[in-house]
Amino acid sequence: MKSLLATLALTTALTLPGLAMARPVTLTTQLKNYSGDGAYLAVYVTDPQGAYAGSLWMAGRKSKYYKHLTDWYRFTGGDTAQINGITGASVGAGRSLKISLDLADALFDAGYTLHIDAAVEDRRDSPNEISVPLTSEGAGTAVTGRSYIANFTYDM
Amino acid sequence: MIRKLHRWPGLLALALVTLLALSGAALSIFPSLEYLSSPQTLSDQTVADLATRIQSALPGVEQIKRAPSGRITAYWFENGTPGAGIIDPLTGQAIASADPNPVLRWLTNLHRSLFLGDGGRIAMAVGALAMLVLSISGTLLVVRRVGGWRRWFAPLRGPWAGRIHVELARVAVLGLVLSSLTALWMTASTFDLLPDGEVIPAFPTETSGETGVAFAAMERLASTPVSELRELSFPYPDDASDVFTLTTNQGTGFIDQGTGELLAWANLSAMQSLSETIYMLHTGQGAALLGLLLGMMALAIPAMGITGVLIWLAGRRGRPRLHHNAPANRAETILLIGSEGGSTWGFAATLHKALTEAGQTVHATALSAFDPSRYGKAKRILILAATYGDGDAPSTAKGFLDQLATAEVLPNVPLAVLGLGDRSFPAYCAYAQAVSEAARAKGWPELLAFHTVDRQSAQEFARWGRALGTAMGAPLELAHQPVQPATQTLTLISRRDYGAEVQAPTAILRFALPKTSLMQRLMRRGFGRFQAGDLIGILPKGSTVPRLYSLASGTHDGFIEIVVKKHPGGVCSGQLIDLALGETVTGFLRRNTVFHPDKSNTPLILIGAGTGIGPLAGIIRGNTRKRPMHLFFGMRHPDSDFLYGSDMPGWQNAGQMTHLRTAVSRTARPQYVQDALRSEQSDVIRLIREGARVMVCGGRDMAQGVSEALTDILAPVGLTPLMLKSEGRYVEDVY
Repeated sequence: MKSLLATLALTTALTLPGLAMARPVTLTTQLKNYSGDGAYLAVYVTDPQGAYAGSLWMAGRKSKYYKHLTDWYRFTGGDTAQINGITGASVGAGRSLKISLDLADALFDAGYTLHIDAAVEDRRDSPNEISVPLTSEGAGTAVTGRSYIANFTYDM
Repeated sequence: MIRKLHRWPGLLALALVTLLALSGAALSIFPSLEYLSSPQTLSDQTVADLATRIQSALPGVEQIKRAPSGRITAYWFENGTPGAGIIDPLTGQAIASADPNPVLRWLTNLHRSLFLGDGGRIAMAVGALAMLVLSISGTLLVVRRVGGWRRWFAPLRGPWAGRIHVELARVAVLGLVLSSLTALWMTASTFDLLPDGEVIPAFPTETSGETGVAFAAMERLASTPVSELRELSFPYPDDASDVFTLTTNQGTGFIDQGTGELLAWANLSAMQSLSETIYMLHTGQGAALLGLLLGMMALAIPAMGITGVLIWLAGRRGRPRLHHNAPANRAETILLIGSEGGSTWGFAATLHKALTEAGQTVHATALSAFDPSRYGKAKRILILAATYGDGDAPSTAKGFLDQLATAEVLPNVPLAVLGLGDRSFPAYCAYAQAVSEAARAKGWPELLAFHTVDRQSAQEFARWGRALGTAMGAPLELAHQPVQPATQTLTLISRRDYGAEVQAPTAILRFALPKTSLMQRLMRRGFGRFQAGDLIGILPKGSTVPRLYSLASGTHDGFIEIVVKKHPGGVCSGQLIDLALGETVTGFLRRNTVFHPDKSNTPLILIGAGTGIGPLAGIIRGNTRKRPMHLFFGMRHPDSDFLYGSDMPGWQNAGQMTHLRTAVSRTARPQYVQDALRSEQSDVIRLIREGARVMVCGGRDMAQGVSEALTDILAPVGLTPLMLKSEGRYVEDVY
C-alpha cells in the first residue's frame, strides 16, 4: 500500500497542508450476504461544511455504473480523475474489503465525515450507505450500513 | 478464402459460441416472463399519480424504477430496514419481492463473462465476433451454393449434415448477425469505448429549502406518463436541500421538493439513445417477442455446430490438401473438379501432385468456380467429374453446364474430361459425359478423348494418366491411393486350387478373421462386420496401389474368403496364388452395399463366370432362410475350374440353392453363361415376373454379354435390364 499512499497524496484533495503529519489507517468493510452481484463502493470524505473533500477508494472499475453511486456522482460529476489509481474490483456479497492508507492527521477530530455509497446491479442504489465522523474516539467502533454493509470500521 | 473464414472461426470458437447461444436462448425467455407476470399500468396513469399511491402505501419509499417490461419496483425503508417490492400501480402496494432472480443472474453472468470478470467479457466478445464472422462468411457460402441471392431459399441437395446446416443457417442468420453486432456494441459500451455515457445535469446549487409539495403539483411528474418513466429517486427525508431526481426515456432532471419546480434537465444524447435501443434489441427487455425470436434463432447454433463439424470431418476425410496450388492466372494446367463425396478430389490431388512434381504450375478448383477470363497462362484444362444421382451435377460442379452453354468465349486451349463413377449405376459417368459432349458441341478443342474410371480404380486412372502424359509430351505416372482405412494382416488358413489344366491357375483362398480388440471395435478400426459382396483391398508387396477382390464370405462364416485367378504379369494375383498356408497379406475392408442381396424373399438370379462365382457362392452359403436362388455359372472345364463344385450338391440338398445351370466354354459345344440364360428364357421371364433380382459378377465382357442376352430375353415382356437397374433389381460387380 506504500505506492498507493504516494498516488493518494498526489491525486486527491486530501493533500492537506498537514499531510506530513499522517497516520496509517485501515478501513474494513464487511458486506452482508445479500443475493446479487458484486457491490460498487465509493469511499470518500466530506469537510465540516458537508462539501466534498476527496475520495479514498472506488471498488468497481466500470465508470458507466458510477452514476448509481448517487451522492459521490453528484459531488464529483463522475470525474474519474478523482479515483485515478485508487480503484479496485467490486466487492462480492459476504466479502470484506480492507484498505490501508495514510490519512492526514488534520482529518481527524475536525468535523470531517467518511461516506460510502453502494450500488448493486438490478438492486437498489444506496447512497450514503455509511456516514461516519472521523474521530480518534470512533476508531475501532463498528458502524452498520443501510442496505449492503454489515459493518464498517476504521482502525488507527 | 471464404470457406476458411467460415471453417476456422467455427471450429476454434465452437464451444464459446455454443455456450453463448445456449445461455442467450435461456435468457431470452425472461423478458416475456417478466412482462407476463408484471401488473400493467393504466394507459393514462402519470408518474405523479403513481408516486402518490406508492408513497401512501409505503411511506418510507426512496426510489421507484420502471423496467422496460413495465414492471415497477419500489425501494423503501421501514423502521431502518430496507425493503424492495414489485408494485401494483393501481394500489401502490408491494405485491411481490423484488429480489433479483438468482437463475437469471447466474445465466446473465455466464452469458456475458463466464463468471470471469473482464477477461471473461472479452472472451465472450471474441465469441460474438466469431459468430459475426461465421454469419457473414456463411451467408456468402450459402449464396454461392444456391447460386445467387435470389435463390436464398432454393431447395437443397447433398448429404444431410450439409442440408441441415444450411437450412438452419438461412433462417437464423439475421438473428445471429443482430445478436452478435449488438453484443459487440454492448461490450464496447461496457469498456467505455463509446461516447454513450449518461448526461446528468449539474446538481442545483440553490433549492427552495422547503419541503412537502404534493406530487400532483409537480408539473413534470403530472405531465409524464408512467410508460415513459425510468426512475424516480426521492430526497433524503430530513434534508431540505435535497431534490427529486427523475429519469425518463427522454432525459434526467431535478425537481424541487418545496416548489415542485424543475430545477435542471438534460436530454439523452443521441448516442445514449442508440445504446439503449441496441441494449433492447440484444436483451429483448422492452421487446420481449423479438427476444424470444432471437433466442430461438440462437438455438440453431448448437445444431449448426454439430453439423458443421460433421461437414468438416467428411471434407477432411474426402478432400486432401493441395500443396503449391498455383493461382488461376499463373497456372499452365487448370484442373477443374466436380465432386460430391470428395473421392474425386483425391484423384485430383494425385494428378495435381504428379503434374506439380513434373514442373508444371497447376491450379485446382471446383468446377463451379470455372472462370475462363483468368486462364490467360493456361495450356490445357482438365476436368475430373463425378456424377450425382441420375446424371446430375455433383455439388462442386453446380451451374457449370449453364455457364458453358452461355459462355461466349471459351479458353483457346485443349480440354480433357475424365468421368469417375460406378458402372453398377445406370447413369454411369453421365454428368462427365454431358460435360464432354457440351464442350465438343461448343467446338472446344480436345486434348484427350473422354475417359472414365470405374469405382475408384487406381489402374484405370493410371492408364488415363499415361494417355495424358503422351498428349502433353511428357511421361506421367499417377499412383493414386484412395483414402484407405487402416490395414490388417491376414493369415492364409486354407486354399483350394483349380484351373491348372486350362492354363488359368485359380484358387479359393481362406484367411483367418483378424482378432479385433474391444478398443478397435469401438474405434471402428479393424474389420468390423462384413458380408459376401463386400470388397477386400489387398496391398501387394512392393506396391502402394491396392487391388480389390470381392468377398466370398461374411462375418458369420468366421473367415475371409476370396477367389483369385492368376493374371499374366499380375503382381497381386501372382503373389496371392503363390501364397503358402500360414503366410500373410495386408488388406482392408471396403463396404460395397450395392452388391448385397436385399432382405426380401423374392427369387435371386445369380449370374457369374470364373472368379465371379466368389460373392455369389458366399451369398448362397449365407442363405440359411432358403430364399429361392438360381445360379448361372460359366467355367472353362468342369474337371478344372468348377469352383465350389464340391459344395454345390450340399447347398442344393439343404435348399440354399434352388437351381444350378452351368455353361462350359472349353468343350466340343462351347457355351457361355449368357447362352445358358438364353436357353432358359421362359424360366428367367417367369422369375423376373415374380420380382426376381439379378446379381451379375464377373469380367466386363461377360457382363456385357449377360446384359445383351437379358435385353433379348426380356424384350417380349417389355422389360429391359436398364429398367431393372433403375429399380435396383439388376446389380453388377464387374472388373
